[in-house]
Amino acid sequence: MIEFRNVTKRYGPNTVLHDLSFTIKTGEFVVLIGPSGCGKTTTLRTINRLIEPKAGTVFIDGKDVTKQDAVKLRRKIGYVIQQIGLFPNMTVHQNISVVPKLLGYSKEECDKIVHDLLALVDMPYEENAHKYPSELSGGQQQRIGVLRALAASPPIVLMDEPFGALDPVTRDSLQEEVKRIQKKLKKTIVFVTHDMDEALRLADTIIFMDKGRIVQMASAEEMLQHPASPVIKSFMGKHVGHESPAAILLAEDFMKKKVYKVYKNTKTLESIEMMSKREINSLVVIDDDETYLGTVSIEDIKTRGRAGRSIAELINPDTMTVGRKDDAKEALDKLLSSTSNYVVVLNDNRTVAGIITRTSTAKAMGEALWGDLSA
Amino acid sequence: MRMIAFFSKNTEAMLASIGRHIALVLIAVGLGMAIAIPLGVLLTRHKRAAKPVLALAGTVQTIPGLVMLGFALIFMGIGTLPALAVLTIYSILPILRNTYTGIIEVQPAYKDAAKGIGMTKSQVLFKVELPLALPAIVSGIRISAVYIVSWATLAGMIGAGGLGDWIWTGLATYNTDYILAGAIPSAILAFAFSAFIGFLQKLLTPRGLRRNA
Repeated sequence: MIEFRNVTKRYGPNTVLHDLSFTIKTGEFVVLIGPSGCGKTTTLRTINRLIEPKAGTVFIDGKDVTKQDAVKLRRKIGYVIQQIGLFPNMTVHQNISVVPKLLGYSKEECDKIVHDLLALVDMPYEENAHKYPSELSGGQQQRIGVLRALAASPPIVLMDEPFGALDPVTRDSLQEEVKRIQKKLKKTIVFVTHDMDEALRLADTIIFMDKGRIVQMASAEEMLQHPASPVIKSFMGKHVGHESPAAILLAEDFMKKKVYKVYKNTKTLESIEMMSKREINSLVVIDDDETYLGTVSIEDIKTRGRAGRSIAELINPDTMTVGRKDDAKEALDKLLSSTSNYVVVLNDNRTVAGIITRTSTAKAMGEALWGDLSA
Repeated sequence: MRMIAFFSKNTEAMLASIGRHIALVLIAVGLGMAIAIPLGVLLTRHKRAAKPVLALAGTVQTIPGLVMLGFALIFMGIGTLPALAVLTIYSILPILRNTYTGIIEVQPAYKDAAKGIGMTKSQVLFKVELPLALPAIVSGIRISAVYIVSWATLAGMIGAGGLGDWIWTGLATYNTDYILAGAIPSAILAFAFSAFIGFLQKLLTPRGLRRNA
């Protein structure tokens, strides 16, 4: 069990950790996540005393870490950093057995550990043990990085963005392996990342940090369903957006198809009559081949129009438009930012598909929530 | 040819001079290493001192060899000892600078990993920093050795012996044979030292580092 009690860290005038208190249970996979500079790595590094807090205490199994010898403490805690943490002057065998050697294990014990661990990640001993890191792929290097952290069987392993530099496919398989190993060997893992996908996939508990404080500490589902702040929501949005229902809504889902269109050669008086009959104040103007040209409002006609002339010269081409397959969010952004109170939705061939108004949006939302509405 | 005749007539004396010359270089560079490597490591631990110390060493290096030998002559008299003192001083800078930058340029991630997995400070130095800085340090030694081979010829002037004796004698008596008898072997020695240390460097660089070395 790792317990933070009122831990505060300052660098000069900057407070990077504000009075943190939380507990990580034994065997738990905890992911620290947050925007850069939120203090997640600092938090991780106070556990093995690479950073000493200004105030407060970190306890491991009830014992104050600052009361223990830092070197001995670190040998009992696995530590994985980004890709380049393997010592390039040592072979795979030497890298993995470096901590057991520091602890005075015999050569036979070290050999056995290297054999067992390489088997754990399906890297044959004969083929890999005597290679140097530069002779391995990025993914293999980081596998060895993880194995090195496990070599002396520490109950706790700290991982600081270990897979950040890997390609997505390799990262996926390493995440799976780490999760599998963690379950199999029942390790307590504290893992830092800025990738929400990674956090959701690995964590039993996610600790979301921002500006040196914990914003939310919850299980992955809990955080997905009830993000505690807009910052978390934006993190979720960025990383799991394609899985949330909001992202698959298109502009056409919010439009109404009944649109009052007029051809560009329509006379001004006729247009006014159309508008007043239907109690609307503007019309969508189309060309002879049905493609969209712009809109015309009743004010335009009243101020600039002349009796007997067509509305062609009064067309306002600046009204906002979106494609019907565009993201609904874009359409709503345009609707809310434009001065007119509608957005015209176009088909691929530039004919008019519909319009989105505030009313049509409200109706679509309502229907999404409660099914068909009567009005 | 006259030169070859001269060389064959004086083979024994020339070999003795070459031996003495090599000894001068080995001792001077050896002492230089003994001073510069620990000092370089120390400077990486006290980076604020590094700048003035390296600047001072750089300044000393720019003092012409003849001037330095002149000083040595004034304060220490004639003989091997003042010559060795001057040669040692000259051998320090390249080794010192390369030790310092070699260690400083070890990527912080390696030092962080080493510390994080529980190495003591001296283990970080001996297991990670020095091995990773080794190619740089050895190349400093190589530069130093090549320099000292040529500086050592100057040292003949204050009675250090070695190949310098032949050159100075030749210059004083306008005898080209003497000059060449000193100059040719010392040029070959410089190449030989460089090649030998280059070979050592390859041998000492772990396989894992060779690709980017």
